[in-house]
Amino acid sequence: MEAVAALVVAVLAACGTYMVLRARTFPVVLGLSLLSYAVNLFLFFTGRLVTGVPPLAGGSTPTADPLPQALVLTAIVIGFGMTAFVVILALRARGELGNDHVDGKGDKS
Amino acid sequence: MNHWLIAPLVLPLVAGMLILLLVGRRGVQRAVSIGATAGLLPVALLLLCFAGNDEFGVYRLGGWPAPFGIVLVLDRLSALLLLLTALVALFALLYAVNGDDRRGRDFHVLFQLQLLGINGAFLTGDLFNLFVFFEILLIASYGLALYGGGGRDTGPTGQSRERTQQARLDGSGTQPLPPGPAPSAARHREPGGPERTRAGLHYVVLNLIGSGLFLIGVGTLYAVTGTLNMADLAVKVAAALPEQAALLRVSALLLLTVFGLKAALLPLHLWLPALYGNTTAPVAALFAIMTKVGVYAILRIYTLIFPAGGIAPDVGTWLLPLALLTLLIGAVGVLGSHRLRVLIAYLVVVSVGTLLAGVGQFSVGGITAALYYLPHTTLVSAGLFLLADLIARQRGTTGDHFSAGSPLAQPTRLGVLFFLGAVAAAGMPPLSGFLGKLLLLQSAPPSQSAWLWTIVLTGSLAGLIALSRAGSRIFWKTKGVRATGTLADLPHIAPPALLLAASVAMTVFAAPITGYAEATATQLLAPQQYIDAVLHGGNSNEF
Repeated sequence: MEAVAALVVAVLAACGTYMVLRARTFPVVLGLSLLSYAVNLFLFFTGRLVTGVPPLAGGSTPTADPLPQALVLTAIVIGFGMTAFVVILALRARGELGNDHVDGKGDKS
Repeated sequence: MNHWLIAPLVLPLVAGMLILLLVGRRGVQRAVSIGATAGLLPVALLLLCFAGNDEFGVYRLGGWPAPFGIVLVLDRLSALLLLLTALVALFALLYAVNGDDRRGRDFHVLFQLQLLGINGAFLTGDLFNLFVFFEILLIASYGLALYGGGGRDTGPTGQSRERTQQARLDGSGTQPLPPGPAPSAARHREPGGPERTRAGLHYVVLNLIGSGLFLIGVGTLYAVTGTLNMADLAVKVAAALPEQAALLRVSALLLLTVFGLKAALLPLHLWLPALYGNTTAPVAALFAIMTKVGVYAILRIYTLIFPAGGIAPDVGTWLLPLALLTLLIGAVGVLGSHRLRVLIAYLVVVSVGTLLAGVGQFSVGGITAALYYLPHTTLVSAGLFLLADLIARQRGTTGDHFSAGSPLAQPTRLGVLFFLGAVAAAGMPPLSGFLGKLLLLQSAPPSQSAWLWTIVLTGSLAGLIALSRAGSRIFWKTKGVRATGTLADLPHIAPPALLLAASVAMTVFAAPITGYAEATATQLLAPQQYIDAVLHGGNSNEF
């Protein structure tokens, strides 16, 4: 289970990193989304992977940690808002710079 | 003083929401915004007096005991930075209400939310809460950085901007323009121009990646220690098992990367000059405090959670060389700038290098020097950004480019202010920049003093040369007739003049300020007091 979880985060992060390094804004935005998925899953997994245990502290039985879920919820909301903003900004940059390259230089043709 | 500690957060938050409700009533919006920002000043002074007694203010939100709930913690460092934020914000806002706030919508809302984020980042005692305040600060700063670029500009400010833009398009080739299919006439409506949008896009993308790294760092730390309260983290990290050390090291260095990005530490400084050089002047002035949020976070986290000699790597060994390189690269940028605003932006990079060269020593002397230099450089660069805007408005089509332009309408007034600012920023005696650099040079341990002295002094020399060249080009190398722009009146001149005069004040009151800075450094390097105050309520005033 842990191996699968780690692999998912790793693949998402690797793909996200690759996409962020692309020259055009659309892949960059997709890459940012992938990176934020990777980060959200990672945060979620920091509470350890357990199933069927109560989310309450105390007692001798093993418990699930509810805090990472609260953290990840915050991170998702923030990440969502930021992605919406960067999409609009990328559109505006496309309009103003005349091309969708991140450096605004366009094709050297 | 029961709830004063949370006032720096409540005041801008309530003001921001109120302004949002007052749609269309711009006069009232201005009044509320100025009132709230001016209200921060007495609150910050009160908190400074409280923290000056070596007491800690601990505000437990919701009444939860420390490791479980979120706490706000006031100590000497946060009180100093709160006061500095209030000062810079007030003057930036007073300059903005001259007309810059009417170039788009919701300037005051974004401004207040930015203050909420900055104040929150300085006060919080919880690492995840620090992330949240960083995000609030960043979201507001994204809006502010691109503010006024929407072609809604009306009135004299907008027209002068349009002339600046015209100059940039006609310019002598100093500003490479991105080629695009649209003819240049289409861009005249955009006062910030495509440069601003491009710099803004880079800034947003970089900071989104930074936020991701921040979360990974925080998540790793939480997975190892099971807490997010900074004081509790300090206890748990100090007691960590050897097999946990690797993960803690990863976390410590990831967080350093994130804070380095915020502080514009080499090699993560490249976003700063383009962004600060192209945004609206009052926003650039407010952003002078933003890099200091990164410096604050470095100072807080690496004295409290990962102190030198602990389980984490000695951050000082990374920070000091990087800071000196930042200083050097910033100095090269200062020498190579073609525009006054970009030059000042590079001076901000130089100042970050200088500050972190002090912080990176993690000694009382080094941190004292950094904490004396920090208010100086923030106030002076904010003042210079505003002054550069005034100068650009009077030079007609040349704007703030260093090419020969028409003579200024008020050369004496602006010249004296520029001279004052240049002396302060370059670190010449007798102003506070000189004292700050002197303290830094004195604080260097013998093993590092050769490097530190050489690079800090080279940086000062570069700043001196660049500023003298900029001043002589702008004020003396003129051609043509005087531009018939509007003269800068008192509401325009007062904010930059007062910000630059703060440098004189910091020189006059150097002894008490250095005393405060030294006590702050001592307090930071003895984190046990902080931990006791938060976790056990020792030597603290429960709010």
